[in-house]
Amino acid sequence: MSAILIRGGRLIDPAAGIDATRDLLLEQGLVAAVGAPGALDAAARERHATALDATGRVVAPGFIDIHVHLREPGQAYKETIASGTRAAAAGGFTTVCAMPNTTPVNDSPEITRWMQAPERNAAIRVLPIAAATRGSMGEQLTDYAALKAAGAVAISDDGKPILGDAIMRDALALGARVGLPVIQHAENTDCTHGASMNLGALSFRLGLRGMSVEAESSIVERDIALLATMRDTPAHLHVAHLSTAAALDAVRRAKAEGLRVTCEVAPHHFALTEQAIGDYDTHAKMNPPLRSEQDRLALIAGLADGTVDAIATDHAPHAPHEKEQEFERTPNGITGLETALGLSLQTLHHEHNIPLARIVELLTSGPARVLHLAQCGSLIKGRPADLVIFSPDETWTYATSHSLSKNSPFLGWDLPGRVYATIFGGWVLDPAKSAGA
Amino acid sequence: MPVPRRAKLLQKRRVALLFYESSTRTRTSFELAAKSLGADTVLVSALSSSIEKGESLKDTGLTLRALGAECIILRHPNSGAPFLLARETGLPVLNAGDGMHEHPSQALLDLRTILSRLGRAQHTRAVARVPIDEKTLTGVTVTITGDILHSRVARSNALLLPRLGAQVVLCGPPELLPEIAADIGPGISIERDFERALARSQVVMMLRIQKERLAGLQLDLARYIERYQLNGERLRRYAPEALVMHPGPMIRGLEITSDVADGPQSAITEQVHHGVAVRMALLARALGSTAARTHRATRKARPA
Repeated sequence: MSAILIRGGRLIDPAAGIDATRDLLLEQGLVAAVGAPGALDAAARERHATALDATGRVVAPGFIDIHVHLREPGQAYKETIASGTRAAAAGGFTTVCAMPNTTPVNDSPEITRWMQAPERNAAIRVLPIAAATRGSMGEQLTDYAALKAAGAVAISDDGKPILGDAIMRDALALGARVGLPVIQHAENTDCTHGASMNLGALSFRLGLRGMSVEAESSIVERDIALLATMRDTPAHLHVAHLSTAAALDAVRRAKAEGLRVTCEVAPHHFALTEQAIGDYDTHAKMNPPLRSEQDRLALIAGLADGTVDAIATDHAPHAPHEKEQEFERTPNGITGLETALGLSLQTLHHEHNIPLARIVELLTSGPARVLHLAQCGSLIKGRPADLVIFSPDETWTYATSHSLSKNSPFLGWDLPGRVYATIFGGWVLDPAKSAGA
Repeated sequence: MPVPRRAKLLQKRRVALLFYESSTRTRTSFELAAKSLGADTVLVSALSSSIEKGESLKDTGLTLRALGAECIILRHPNSGAPFLLARETGLPVLNAGDGMHEHPSQALLDLRTILSRLGRAQHTRAVARVPIDEKTLTGVTVTITGDILHSRVARSNALLLPRLGAQVVLCGPPELLPEIAADIGPGISIERDFERALARSQVVMMLRIQKERLAGLQLDLARYIERYQLNGERLRRYAPEALVMHPGPMIRGLEITSDVADGPQSAITEQVHHGVAVRMALLARALGSTAARTHRATRKARPA
């Protein structure tokens, strides 16, 4: 691996407090030096470094997605770890955290290790999130200490909520003991049976059963109430794919009270509303569902003011035959790794004037803090050479995907933020080369 | 149009009726409408086809198209299914009722019935408070009562009738009629008191309680009957002139009593009767002049 000098780019490294023109020297898979323009030229020559010109472009820590579904083991017809991580690299990500709702459910150290094995041929770093309960059935806790030792960075029954008060409290307590955050999919499934979109006038008009705002916010409020009784422990609740103004307000209040609550928002929830369903477009069906304009604007405010900690895609690949079904029968979810940056720039930066540095924070140091990923999310000297070079204003068309699945409502969209290079551990990745996939 | 010409309008055109749910009126009515325009019809129902074996709607549609179907009439338990079928087959699809969404041909035949009856009544009795010109419903209030939540007929009528100037009043208990229903379009309001709603209506449309779609919802039927049943006494007292309608199937003794259903104010069988003509018009439109030209062109292009 040869050394690389990245020259003339605008380095945005929120964790290091840098937003300025800087050169970076990468060596042995690590950041060897960060310096003023030209300051590293001599060192680069000494090491015979390859030069990469980033003039006019943004250089940022590689993005971190703490919520993806890579479908392995068990559903390789939708996605593999190899294909999903190539889609991630194309989108500027160098770290993804894989949810445990695989087949079988990742509730064991064996599966957790299997997902990280070199044979999976991941293009970037894959960090498993293990199931909170056996089989994600919500009844019996898994072995958090063993899962953490095997490499799990959080626990969650994502796709399903942890509904019972007692089991949720136990999960938070055990998570606190071993140092793992508990990620909750907040949905009171007792009142969302058969629901396939947001509850409101549009769901009534379309004749579809709706999920209420309260189905999400009531669980978030319940979880926060549990957490408030555990102030003397390091228990940490993370709310996955938060989608409503009411749940966001609950998180905002809890943070103000000093509770360890974090949350993430998915790009489709700040870019689209339920109106995107149109004539029952199944690429606009996800869980939580697309919400109202009022909710969307509240999420954008939360992304701007710091209430939201991370942008996470909830990348959920599905095969064509699964999405070419009746709206109510089709599975939830869309792919998102390749469009996260573009949608963030378009909606948050260009339409709502959120500074570029804040958007980079939401994609790097923000998610790194949520899951305590000490090695990721910053480009200070000595850290892994994981970074992305992109042009924030240059538009591109989302026409092809590296994911095995193409279930995205954004196919065909023109988006800002062309990714020029994703570098992982000092290697410049070429997602077009789908090695061994 | 004279009958002989009409009988050849869709001569030998292939129309498929694809029914995933049971139906008496709609199915027979569409079938007779197609046949009376000269079309060949074929019925595929879920229980006697490969649908039972798990064939998807897309594949069923592609199969029908490959067999020569030029138009599909679809009844389906999932809202929005006709959009999927039209997207996947590229054929004209007529919605014969989809889930809780819409039943547009029913709303059109209801409209036809209202226009005919109120227009006719104007000359004999003072049913309408304002003149009806058989083309608009300005000044007419239509109350739709019952299981609005699960009713595709209610949605289609509530969206269609205000476009011709009618006021639509929805009536029923909160479990079957959420407040949000009034927001789906203009000209729609909610009145929980059935008798008050009756007193201001020229048309009252009763709906069946859809037990198959209640999905665990508990409903006290005795209390429902007490508050919302259209019986002779209630009709005489609050709406002695109003037109009584029901899309069927009726559950006599539940939402409506026999004396009302069979009484002089009832237009229920007339609704069914109008269904055939309305569906003939829909089929002619779906397979009409442009479609006919394409059809002939493909026939000619086909190798002998």
